[in-house]
Amino acid sequence: MQYTIQVNGAPRPVDVDGETPLLWVLRDTLDLKGTKFGCGAAQCGACTVHMNGVPIRACQTPIASVGTAAITTIEAIGETKVGQNIQAAWIALDVPQCGYCQAGQIMSATALITRVPAPTDHDINEAMSGNVCRCATYTRIRAAIKQAADAGRA
Amino acid sequence: MLARRNFLKASLAAGGGLLLTATLPTLAKAATLGHAGPDAVTLNAYVRIAPDGRVTITAKNPEVGQGIKIMLPMLIAEELDVAWADVQIEQADLDPRYPAQVAGGSTATPVNWLPLRQVGAAGRQMLIAAAAAEWGVPATTCTTAAGQVMHAASGRSLSYGALATKAATQPVPDLKTLTLKDPKSFTIIGKPTRNIEVPRIVTGQPMFGIDVSVPGMLYAVFQKCDAHGGRLVSSNVADIRKLPGVRAAFEVKGGTDLRGLLDGVAVVADSWWQANRARQQLQINWDEGDIAGQNSADFAATAVRMSKGRPETILRKDGDVNEAFGRAAHVVEATYHYPFLSHMDLEPQNCTASYADGKLEIWAPTQNPAPGSKLVSATLGIPESAIKVHMVRAGGGFGRRLSNDYMVEAAWISKVVGAPVKVLWTREDDMRHDFYRPAGTHFFKGGVDANGNLLALADHFVTFSQDGVIANSADMGPTEFPARMIEHLEFGASMIPLRAPTGPMRAPRSNGLGFAFQSFLDELAHAGGRDPVDFALNLLGKPRLLPDPPGPRAGPGFDTGRMAGVIRLVAEKSGWGREKLPAGTGMGLGYYFSHLGYFAEIVKATVNATGAITVDKVWVAGDIGRQIINPLNAENQAQGSALDGIGQALGQGLHLEGAKVVEGNFDTVLPLRMRQAPPVEVHFLVTDHPPTGLGEPALPPALPALTNAIFAATGKRIRSLPLKDHDLSTTA
Repeated sequence: MQYTIQVNGAPRPVDVDGETPLLWVLRDTLDLKGTKFGCGAAQCGACTVHMNGVPIRACQTPIASVGTAAITTIEAIGETKVGQNIQAAWIALDVPQCGYCQAGQIMSATALITRVPAPTDHDINEAMSGNVCRCATYTRIRAAIKQAADAGRA
Repeated sequence: MLARRNFLKASLAAGGGLLLTATLPTLAKAATLGHAGPDAVTLNAYVRIAPDGRVTITAKNPEVGQGIKIMLPMLIAEELDVAWADVQIEQADLDPRYPAQVAGGSTATPVNWLPLRQVGAAGRQMLIAAAAAEWGVPATTCTTAAGQVMHAASGRSLSYGALATKAATQPVPDLKTLTLKDPKSFTIIGKPTRNIEVPRIVTGQPMFGIDVSVPGMLYAVFQKCDAHGGRLVSSNVADIRKLPGVRAAFEVKGGTDLRGLLDGVAVVADSWWQANRARQQLQINWDEGDIAGQNSADFAATAVRMSKGRPETILRKDGDVNEAFGRAAHVVEATYHYPFLSHMDLEPQNCTASYADGKLEIWAPTQNPAPGSKLVSATLGIPESAIKVHMVRAGGGFGRRLSNDYMVEAAWISKVVGAPVKVLWTREDDMRHDFYRPAGTHFFKGGVDANGNLLALADHFVTFSQDGVIANSADMGPTEFPARMIEHLEFGASMIPLRAPTGPMRAPRSNGLGFAFQSFLDELAHAGGRDPVDFALNLLGKPRLLPDPPGPRAGPGFDTGRMAGVIRLVAEKSGWGREKLPAGTGMGLGYYFSHLGYFAEIVKATVNATGAITVDKVWVAGDIGRQIINPLNAENQAQGSALDGIGQALGQGLHLEGAKVVEGNFDTVLPLRMRQAPPVEVHFLVTDHPPTGLGEPALPPALPALTNAIFAATGKRIRSLPLKDHDLSTTA
């Protein structure tokens, strides 16, 4: 089945079964491997991408349901100012350990700061608790979100 | 190969220049220097210096998030005396000329601390020799800094890049004569150093095992028997071959070693999604073997029955515990239990293999590539000389990737289909086919005297056997604390036969034993009316070094003074005992020595009327010797280890039913999440001892510190994990 989805600002035609999750279209059809597979059940958030700016779990999003929505992945999140601030804060605070979850963390964090420019700890808890970091770098993720938010208001 | 080269492109130095190699086992009498050709990247080099002065340093160990890819090159770069900004790092493949290419046991620091500095120092000396010869001055009059050799008397200097070719012709120094830097002059070691991979991580560059892509690659899933070790009888595999995208589907007859290739059905397709969807149509008739009694409920009942008899094995017997219990002021008996755990690496197990013309190329996110290569060789009948294993960054390890079952699966399937294949497990595969942290039950009896001092302690440890011997990582040593602290102590063990495979998980043994012993000691402190910190310091007594009993695991011994030191530090930093806490809030202490590291942790926790637990804060104090090599990463590792322990204590535990693991995903085994994660304040006590590792020892104290805090907050003693199974509510 032919679909044309909008990924990182460009139309991308793909020929896959309509039930194929967006995650696998991104990773294996479009070779955008930054979005990660962790649980396949919307439990870990490693596959978080933006659909029209809203964080979604790509592992639970059939390609047939995407339509013309704008999909943004980790590979393009640095094209926004908020995304750049988040990436810079992640680097400055040396957030990752293994790094596997961090694409998903960054996608959720970027959506949070875009929506709430000065997030409280409560806001961070609410927005980020769907993203598991098995290395438990939560202390630094929280600090990096605050640093990126500060940078955005500076 | 193409994909791998792409991975490396960003980190490759320009070819040519100086190549410094060394084999480490006896480490480097073998430092050699030679010309690197354009193919230098395939050589076993630690150091290459390009004509422009850029230095490429090889990271020999697997990177699983512990930061070793940065840390080991820091050791070399320091003594080579180059600017860290000029250093590029290259990941080694598995190669017999590199020793100890393993991520396990927190060993990399103690094993490599001296040898890799010697590698750098040898290179520096050869560069100096080259400059001295060029200038006709004694080498002893030359100094170095940031990639330059200087001759102060004449004001001359030459860059390492300019000297590299000439340095390669200098004699290799005797490592014994090398002078290492005075730590006061370190410019890299001890400086907070960022992980050079982070810019790639935050932009989503492919770098993990799951991201490997090889031209012509197919995708595979492999269905094994969920009753571990079950044998394949028959399947509808012929039907599977007709499903969309499926290129091959076949039965695999494996062996009986649960760490090797097992029976199963492989489904190979054009995409992983197609392979996994086709797999859902599989119908397999398994011979599950003898599953009698392989249930968590049966294990619990068996443990209780065993506890009523004598232990099968006496691990240690000091004094006369029964006589001491008879004169104790307070005697406490308590049973502690911890569950089976899955490692839950966030990146599910995977491996890519390409078989062609009798040769295998493997890209494996493994912690332990050497045994993997041997396993593949033995299983497929291919000599190891025809197997190339690339170590790919792993999305977490925690001990799971010390086994290489995914590697042999990928190799086998690639050989059968004659094409490159990426095998990728689902989360359910990962959780149901792990090498589990073994559960354990401790039947304790302890006595304290009228002053509240520990008089005697007995433990009947009911653990597991596999094939008649103690299950992997299910053992306990005779020096388990508080052994050697008191006169009257008895440890015994009995074993329940277990089908499920077990293995090391971050701080193996210690991760369960720490909870049980440290909780029971807290219980005894309270029984005698003693403050737990005071009780611990009293138990440790005078500072002294207790040597390990002889044997393969003998190390430098246990230093009671170092243990007491971190307990005092964490008590001070946390304000222990200095603050009146509100009702429902308490602080708890845990301390533990493992993997050569001394750690004490204090948790502050609050339990509300509904029984909801809030972990308010964790304080960590650690003693890992005289040098914290990378303080930035050290803090991260210690915070992560402590929170890993908190997460296990709060929400993790597996159940066995009919020899199968019941749980399969993060809805029933709960990883720690942001809303549960407290601040973690880390302090290191610097003492004059050799530097040791940090991947593990900060974990064990966190669990009992939390459960002891809950006791302090509620008066309820937590004797089993996880906490999610306890009702701590005070409302009706």
